[in-house]
Amino acid sequence: MNSTIKDRVFDVVSVRESFPILSKKVNGKTLVYLDSGATAQKPQTVIDAVDNYYRNQNANIHRGVHTLSQEITVIYENARATIQNHLNAKYPHEIIFTSGTTESINLLAASFGKKFLQAGDEIIISAMEHHSNILPWQVVCEEKGAVLKVIPISEKGELLLDEYKKLLSSKTKMVAITHISNTLGTLNPVKQIIELAHEKGIPVLIDGAQAVPHQKVDVQVLDADFYCFSGHKLFGPTGVGILYGKEKWLNELPPYKVGGGTIKMVTFEKTVYADLPLKFEAGTPHIAGGIGLAAAIDYVNSIGLENIQEYEKELLHYATGKLSAISGLKIIGNAKEKASVISFVIEGIHPLDIGTILDKLGIAVRTGHHCTQPLMEFYCIPGTVRASFAFYNTKEEIDLLIAGIEKAIKILK
Amino acid sequence: MTIEETEKEITEEFKLFGNEWEGKYEHLIDLGRSLPLIDNKYKTDDKLIRGCQSKVWLHSEIQDGKIIFTADSDAIITKGVVALMIRVLSNHTPDEIINAQLDFIDKVGLKEHLSPTRANGLVNMIKQMKMDSLAYKAKT
Repeated sequence: MNSTIKDRVFDVVSVRESFPILSKKVNGKTLVYLDSGATAQKPQTVIDAVDNYYRNQNANIHRGVHTLSQEITVIYENARATIQNHLNAKYPHEIIFTSGTTESINLLAASFGKKFLQAGDEIIISAMEHHSNILPWQVVCEEKGAVLKVIPISEKGELLLDEYKKLLSSKTKMVAITHISNTLGTLNPVKQIIELAHEKGIPVLIDGAQAVPHQKVDVQVLDADFYCFSGHKLFGPTGVGILYGKEKWLNELPPYKVGGGTIKMVTFEKTVYADLPLKFEAGTPHIAGGIGLAAAIDYVNSIGLENIQEYEKELLHYATGKLSAISGLKIIGNAKEKASVISFVIEGIHPLDIGTILDKLGIAVRTGHHCTQPLMEFYCIPGTVRASFAFYNTKEEIDLLIAGIEKAIKILK
Repeated sequence: MTIEETEKEITEEFKLFGNEWEGKYEHLIDLGRSLPLIDNKYKTDDKLIRGCQSKVWLHSEIQDGKIIFTADSDAIITKGVVALMIRVLSNHTPDEIINAQLDFIDKVGLKEHLSPTRANGLVNMIKQMKMDSLAYKAKT
């Protein structure tokens, strides 16, 4: 598939036409959506897939003998296969549907902790983790008397790998690291991080929520033991996400939620759980979400993640240059390897004030701590303004952002 | 001036700007700059209003049966909203504050500051002002 994609020219005008919301007016202005890091907009094909499911395909999966149920089960399992292929997982049953990254990590931390964690054990995370990759580990560590260890970062926003190496020990039971920082945009060297952990036989979870919309991820090349992401940041529906796990690990883990669909046999005395992936998928899943996510992946692949990556790199470079030229503006996160996410602060102005004025101009950015409070503490700032770009954004929109910031400074200073 | 009268005065003041957000926000920012600042000794963590992206410190004390509010914020637009609240509610009796309807927020087109995505900063501030009033009322 990739060879045909590479031949295509990236046409942002036609790309934008696929996203109905991008022509919407907000506060009387054409929407400039620079908050794809929070949630990405949806192309028509995804909206159609969800719509079509409820109009023409709705039935419960894995349960009915009737035709609709059988048909939708095949479609849902095909969606799983689409995701498997996209991540290059070895087996479809290594793809677990969840409600999103947060649930994926909660599932893993709870199940892994229950089976493998003991008092005195250690879990390694990093200083740039989203709260969703801190709290589940914190909870399970408290329960088990285990300890959370944190890889520090440099002022530029890069992980200090030497410190990481020092933290790895026989006590370490898991390393859980973000692929791309949602606040700083830093692209972490996850392959190297995984290799180092594997040298000591330690499994690794990569939080890929911010990575999958921007680049191709191959879980076998990375050799990740676990990898998770959310559908809605990958241009798919909200409420659906993925936990990838190597078969050998997933087989070892106990179920997280139990109920309908997770069993082989139930008596009041004992339950025999189903095989993968159903063991982890209690209850009726978000069927429309799963199908919509597959449609989103098909859409992204029709454009080509290599093309997307190249285009976004250009946007990042352009925006970084323009933003840096604004007097008093400081970019937070200057890692060498970055995705198209830019956090910044402006001297003497609160990020919330900037965000409020930009909103009045129809420009959607995110302000605040971005669920990374320890990171804000590290930089001694109350929060940042974050502009996150997707492949449907344009240089003209970046110009509007710059003009908006200049206007905001004039009003606020 | 009663609370309702001040609310009416503010509503009239903001009417001058019509639907023009810029003038409205510039006015709000000016109000923020003129906010009677909280004494630094009260700018402590226990005076912080929770659940706001920006920090808001609120202090209240009672003088001759009326509550005097002072406050500060690290965000200037928030400070403007805070200034409006203080202008309306400060220097009134606990009962008057507890019973205030505060319809003016919607009327002057600032209801977005009441939305949950503002992390309920203003909502929590109003709640705190009313809670303080209840506490003073209970004491008297």
